[in-house]
Amino acid sequence: MLEALSYQFVQNALIAGVLVSFIAGIIGTLVVVNRMVFLVGGIAHAAYGGIGLALFAGIPIFVGTSLFAILAALFMAFVTIHQRDKIDIFIGLIWAVGMALGIIFVDLTSGYNVDLMSYLFGSILAVNQEDLYYMGGLLALILLALLFWYKDILAVSYDSEYASIRSINVPFFYTLILILSALSVVVAIKVVGLILVIALLTIPIYIAQSLSSSLLSMMFFSGVIASIFTLIGLWFSYSFNLTSGASIILISALSLMFFILLEKLR
Amino acid sequence: MQTSNKQTLISLQNLFFSYDKEMILEDINLDIDTRDFLAIIGPNGGGKSTLLKLILGILTPTKGNISKIESIGYVPQNTNINTDFPIKVIEVVMMAQGLSKRKFFGYAKEDITQAKEILKEVGMLEYADKKIALLSGGQRQRVMIARALFSKPEILILDEPTSSIDAEGQKQVYELFKKLNEEMTIIVVSHDISIIMGYASKVAHINKKLSFHDTSALATKIDTQINHVCEVELLEMLGKCKC
Repeated sequence: MLEALSYQFVQNALIAGVLVSFIAGIIGTLVVVNRMVFLVGGIAHAAYGGIGLALFAGIPIFVGTSLFAILAALFMAFVTIHQRDKIDIFIGLIWAVGMALGIIFVDLTSGYNVDLMSYLFGSILAVNQEDLYYMGGLLALILLALLFWYKDILAVSYDSEYASIRSINVPFFYTLILILSALSVVVAIKVVGLILVIALLTIPIYIAQSLSSSLLSMMFFSGVIASIFTLIGLWFSYSFNLTSGASIILISALSLMFFILLEKLR
Repeated sequence: MQTSNKQTLISLQNLFFSYDKEMILEDINLDIDTRDFLAIIGPNGGGKSTLLKLILGILTPTKGNISKIESIGYVPQNTNINTDFPIKVIEVVMMAQGLSKRKFFGYAKEDITQAKEILKEVGMLEYADKKIALLSGGQRQRVMIARALFSKPEILILDEPTSSIDAEGQKQVYELFKKLNEEMTIIVVSHDISIIMGYASKVAHINKKLSFHDTSALATKIDTQINHVCEVELLEMLGKCKC
């Protein structure tokens, strides 16, 4: 195990795991308290359209996917801001259409046999230096947004009607949370894959919620818990030669069951 | 409550409001003065909440004029939203605009001091650092009142403030309003007729149109000390008469 740590790709995987865990912890917290879990799930699947588009157009995957995910987030923000009751229909729509677009784009891409599985279930061991910069940059962006707007985001998340009376721009922050979620989904795809993104954005958050008395501490605990799951999952996948993304999620789910059991017993 | 320097804080003139083609409010005229304790009553769907939203600026009138002062504190009807949200009592209070103009992360010292003072006033100081989820309905109500008071408003507006708390809690809340009314104007939207008799100085009955009552005039008609007044009769009377 220690010997493995000397490999560059293992080091990259560990750094990526922690970076993505903190991104998922912070954004997952916002997504959960704003009840947008499946909205973001829809964006995650729609992002596959971006992967197809990037392969087809020959642009970097992160760039193509991010742009596509942001467009999906903007679309969702636009159609759901004033009619949140119709949200399910639009989630279904972008979910299916995004994936269909991705598959058609890949069909149209000549002479390139993509490993679809690596996007569906993640490929953390293939993380390179450039990916790490992107992840670090995103985490910095999220922290900056919190530094400037924590109080506004808190007000909008807790009581959006009251926030609007205080003339806080609710649609702006709603859209901002969705866009940051879209970008986070893109990096989480690299680690756990788009099928499993939702688990990373919810399981650690659920545990953190009952341990936290403020939104900020919930973000922090979520990040720490997600990091622990990710690192244990990676070790597990390395030791038993299993798919890393699925290992991380199963470790998280088992821990969650254990946690719920402990809570019940207390 | 007669004060020499009475002043109109909110004035509604010929106000109309409709959703699509359905008229919700028709030709509403209402002046709210310093230290009024106004109760807005009326049947469900009569337009009470709409009127409140117009005053708060959440909705814009279809026709007519609203002139009002800036400093209004608001306590929403449903204080049981997001009860498992990870937020401390004091953070909820400081959600309102405080003394400090600080935009950045973290709270200013003067805001924290003021939030604690106000929590003390509503009897919730010992809960300042507790998670909102651990509070009862009545306690949460007090926290929402503290939040509305945080920006030191001249008017406090409450939408159905007692709908989610038990009888004992209701009495406490109204006693608190009475105390607050010594310093500020209070507007309460309520189903609860008993507050009209005990606390309100003016009553506006809204059912599309508004009929206005001064409770001192009413008091001469009904001797509340002796007879139990049937709430239905009272409502009927308020709806019809033009006093």
